[in-house]
Amino acid sequence: MSFSDSVSASMKSGRDFQNRQEKLEKDATMNESDQAKSPKPSSLASVAKSHISRGNSARRLGTGLEAKGIHAWFGSNHVLADISLDFASGSVTALIGPSGCGKSTFIRTLNRMHEFIPTAAMAGEVLLDGKDIYAPGTDVTKIRLKVGMVFQKPNPFPSMTIGENVLSGLRLAQLKVENKDDLVEECLARAGLWSEVKDRLGEYGGALSGGQQQRLCIARSLAVSPHVLLMDEPCSALDPGSTLKIEDTIAELSETMTIIIVTHNMQQAARVSDYTAFFLSDGGPGEMVEYGKTTEIFSNPRDKRTENYVTGRFG
Amino acid sequence: MSETKVSRSVPKPSKPWQPSAAERAQSLSVGVLAALASVGLVALTPMKGVLPTVIFFGIFAVLIGFVKGTFTRGSTTGKNNAIGILLGLGTCVALIPIASILQTTVSRGYKGIHTGLFTEDMSMNTAIDPITEGGLLHALLGSLIMVSIALVIAMPLGILTAIYLTEIKGRFSRPVRFLVQAMSGVPSIVAGLFIMSAIIYPITKSFNGLMGALALSILMIPTIARTAEEVLLLIPNDLREAGVALGGTQWRTVAMVVVPAARSGLITAMILGIARVIGETAPILLVSGGGDAINVNPVEGPMGSLPFYIWKSFFFGTEEATTRGWAGLLVLLVFVLILFTLARTLSRRKVRR
Repeated sequence: MSFSDSVSASMKSGRDFQNRQEKLEKDATMNESDQAKSPKPSSLASVAKSHISRGNSARRLGTGLEAKGIHAWFGSNHVLADISLDFASGSVTALIGPSGCGKSTFIRTLNRMHEFIPTAAMAGEVLLDGKDIYAPGTDVTKIRLKVGMVFQKPNPFPSMTIGENVLSGLRLAQLKVENKDDLVEECLARAGLWSEVKDRLGEYGGALSGGQQQRLCIARSLAVSPHVLLMDEPCSALDPGSTLKIEDTIAELSETMTIIIVTHNMQQAARVSDYTAFFLSDGGPGEMVEYGKTTEIFSNPRDKRTENYVTGRFG
Repeated sequence: MSETKVSRSVPKPSKPWQPSAAERAQSLSVGVLAALASVGLVALTPMKGVLPTVIFFGIFAVLIGFVKGTFTRGSTTGKNNAIGILLGLGTCVALIPIASILQTTVSRGYKGIHTGLFTEDMSMNTAIDPITEGGLLHALLGSLIMVSIALVIAMPLGILTAIYLTEIKGRFSRPVRFLVQAMSGVPSIVAGLFIMSAIIYPITKSFNGLMGALALSILMIPTIARTAEEVLLLIPNDLREAGVALGGTQWRTVAMVVVPAARSGLITAMILGIARVIGETAPILLVSGGGDAINVNPVEGPMGSLPFYIWKSFFFGTEEATTRGWAGLLVLLVFVLILFTLARTLSRRKVRR
């Protein structure tokens, strides 16, 4: 990693930030003058630009994921009610909403991690390439190979080196690969980490910074070539610079895979996603209030509660 | 840059939170006052000896510390001082027996240490032979062999038990955990009796090192299982979830992620297990036969061990034998000390980063 690279990268991000800041201020003043008019556009509307024009890439893996009527319980506590969402192949979907509205629970039902909590129960169907992942006789480890996951806290395996961490998925699932070195390089490059760690693959994962660890975790998920990548607040523990890098990674990855990202950061949802779903719980189970193209959610939400949330009036 | 070097005055690093010399002298004066008061009290009353002086020193130190704190900064400080002094005294009291054991063992044991100790056995010697003759090599080898075999048996069983308790969390984990805890309280002689009545009398009909090792492994399993359980519980759940989310089965995740992450802690569990049994005399006495000659075959013939050697030496009671006993104790103590130091250093060293 050359010094000038990092400088130009940070300068670029700085400039982006400035532009964004100016836009935000402009929007804010517009908001004030248009206060009587309704609906008020969110200040993030300008950030949310639809990427849907992406062509139908031949590299795309799988045909997407579909959740039908998902309910979830912890014990007798009904935490999620009737979520139906269709995640098209190659799209980025952001799940937003205040804490405790069931976003994380929802994405954990999508790769059958929900069942890890002893009191958990669920209802509904999750169709991966047309097949229900909860159907009896399904091999759950195969499902999790196709639906990868990145967690909120970076969690590289402490007993493995950086290189071993990237290959850990293959070893865990007992898959064979022809050229390990190439795979390590490819995964790390796609996760935007290769230039920073290429000379220190033999070091332990814990030696990296938080942002690097998180990108290592992304690289680790990529090694088993999942069709869908679930990200549960992947940037909540990271600084803005690392966040930016991971967002670049997400943009790159969406060329080939379906990405579902939970985030508390509205700017992030606006920046990275094609579609946005807004979850809310009013004391009862979490529900999906609104779903639509990210541009529409942030500029022209149909629901008053969505508008209040995306404009920062609560949450 | 070097030409326009700005001379900047760097303040001297200090530690203003530490007590000043005057404050330290004051704290010391509390101790001196308490000592004077206790000595004076004992001299003025019919009480005699060291014990009442020490007891009154403690009482006076707590009282004077409390009064001093209360008068200088209020009752909260007074109470704080009193509790602090009490805790310090308590630590000293707890250390007395340990220091005493060490002191006695070293002062009596060093007389029996000679180079022949580690090269000879006792097969040709009797209890009244001079101390420079004979040795405890047979006992040291016997202990090493029996503890090693016990370790080979108990380590996998103990770790698998811990994995069952922390990873599988099956329906039987509550009763298993209860049994493991109860087992760690089982008197060691019961383990010896169990091997004797369950294996020696009905099946093998011979007393040898393997039987001793079996008895020791019974004592070792609960120690290893409990320590390993604690260690595995410390591994963050994130790692398990990450392993499973990558498409690993539970077993692969445990074997590849959880256990390696807990490696240094599991080594500690092993060393604690060894330390638990290395000084055991009762079960060895019952089942290993207790030989005086070097025997490295665990399945045939009696096998000696360090605790047995010590017990036998004291049992004879002659001056030479007693010195041998103390020397054996010293060797055993040093051995255990080395093990514990090893355990501390290994467990303090975190997973390599």
